Amino acid sequence: MSTESTPDRGATPALGRQDIAHLARLARLAVTDEELDRFAGQLGAVLDAVAQVQRADAGDVAPTTHAVPLTNVLRPDVATPSLPRDVVLAGAPAAEDDRFRVPRILGEEE
Amino acid sequence: MSDLTALTAVELQAALSAGETSAVEVTRAHLDRIAAEDGALGAYLFVDDDAALARAAEIDASGAAGTGLAGIPVALKDVFVTEGVPTTSGSRILEGWRPPYSATVATRLQEAGTVLLGKTNMDEFAMGSSTENSAYRPTRNPWDHDRIPGGSSGGSSAAVAGRLAPLALGTDTGGSIRQPAAVTGLVGHKPTYGSVSRYGLIAFSSSLDQAGPMARTVMDAALLHEAIGGHDPRDSTSIDAPVPTVVEAARRGATGDLAGLRVGVVRELGGEGAREGYEQGVLDRFAEAVALLEAAGAEVREVTCPSFGLALPAYYLIAPSEASSNLARFEGMRFGIRVGDDGSRDVDEVMALTREQGFGPEVKRRIILGTYALSAGYYDAYYGQAQKVRTLITRDFTAAFDGGVDVLVSPTSPTVAWSIGARVDDPLAMYAADLCTLPASLAGVPAISVPCGLSDGLPVGLQVMAPALADDRCYRVAAAVEAAQGAPLTDRLAERAA
Repeated sequence: MSTESTPDRGATPALGRQDIAHLARLARLAVTDEELDRFAGQLGAVLDAVAQVQRADAGDVAPTTHAVPLTNVLRPDVATPSLPRDVVLAGAPAAEDDRFRVPRILGEEE
Repeated sequence: MSDLTALTAVELQAALSAGETSAVEVTRAHLDRIAAEDGALGAYLFVDDDAALARAAEIDASGAAGTGLAGIPVALKDVFVTEGVPTTSGSRILEGWRPPYSATVATRLQEAGTVLLGKTNMDEFAMGSSTENSAYRPTRNPWDHDRIPGGSSGGSSAAVAGRLAPLALGTDTGGSIRQPAAVTGLVGHKPTYGSVSRYGLIAFSSSLDQAGPMARTVMDAALLHEAIGGHDPRDSTSIDAPVPTVVEAARRGATGDLAGLRVGVVRELGGEGAREGYEQGVLDRFAEAVALLEAAGAEVREVTCPSFGLALPAYYLIAPSEASSNLARFEGMRFGIRVGDDGSRDVDEVMALTREQGFGPEVKRRIILGTYALSAGYYDAYYGQAQKVRTLITRDFTAAFDGGVDVLVSPTSPTVAWSIGARVDDPLAMYAADLCTLPASLAGVPAISVPCGLSDGLPVGLQVMAPALADDRCYRVAAAVEAAQGAPLTDRLAERAA
């Protein structure tokens, strides 16, 4: 994870505690020390296994993103009713003045 | 009537339309059995007796009971959102949430007159092969309570095999309908990708997720399939094509005549040189099933699909990558739980704490792995390469189907149900359960699991894969296998309990 270059085929960089912590931060996921230890070992083994895709001779092969060849599926540009606001807000952890109430989004100095 | 929970959906249909029973009686019989058995089994996360009985009374009053699926109880995997009915996807992060709308398949079943018994347990966000990743409770296999019911649709498989519902819906991303069906002695079908709506199905891996039926017989599964299938304008990946005529195919297959059908046995899935991880009992039952297809008139040959061996690594890059993106929506702001919002923390900290406490270990592992596979510098080597392998796997299917076989067959699962706890701390061992089911998932083609006998007293499944939109072939072959065995495998479970 410390390098930005594409890894060599067949070479699997190990996932250490620091890497896991960094990835978890990117994914907005707090992780405990115990989880860092456990995940580092488990994900290292998983990464070794999934890195086998690099063995495939697939240089010129087009990637498949989706099994169904559909593109630009659009509905008619007609306004349709949305879910009622109060029904949606009823499922929110916090609501105020007909809106979702969220924690502070800017730091003190911003 | 004798025990109404012992009847198939087809038998219930006949009894209802003949006036021998009512939707209320049928529903009550299943609710009574849930009350008696589910404490031990753990198949359901939510059951609302009063709502189910009121709904059944409504169907009885309308006079529709016995028409199609009207009056027949169903269970839904908790991954389908249901308006006003708690929906968790097996996760703490959605504890207590009552969705403001319903999944298209839930609406279609409602319109068909079915009675919703409840929501079934599952691996959290459908990630797992044992239902042990549920945040709420493990589910037990009705054949042996010390064993897993498969996953991730393990609540649905346990409910139907244990006669706590005649029919259930599951979802299958990498095998999550077929594998639980196989290890509990059920029929489970993953339809062609795009042929059953994903609207209102809580997304795990959007390019792979597909809803489908689970039942004790092929015909029951076919009836449920036709009730939920078909184009949905609310799902942009929905195929605008007629629903395959699977009920007709099941009827045709039940004659036991497969003359002219060309069957390919996939060498890479349990054949010569590819038997590591497969139990002998599974391979024996599979060989017998293949012999049975031949006896029914099918022409059987071995087919090689060289890229299938890379399905597992490709899947475990693609699915976690898509999951890491899909699960970003669970941040504690708009629905579900919120943790740590005491005025001292900013939004990022609250999101991180909510996700820390709301997600279980397997979900976290997959989010981290997916985030890694999609990172700058690693994208081409992992996610990009996995998508290319996906193309190679699709080409193997195309070559086989263009090269003269109508269907491909393999075991559904390399092993029978394992002991609860045996693989919990070993993600790779858990992932190996999906070895045979992953190729069809990646290619988007339909695949069914049908019971083909017991090994050490536990069910074994035969998988039948077909070209896209040829789901009817899966049902035809499955019905022939079922017919050759004389009775649904779950009848033996009932005999054992008696």
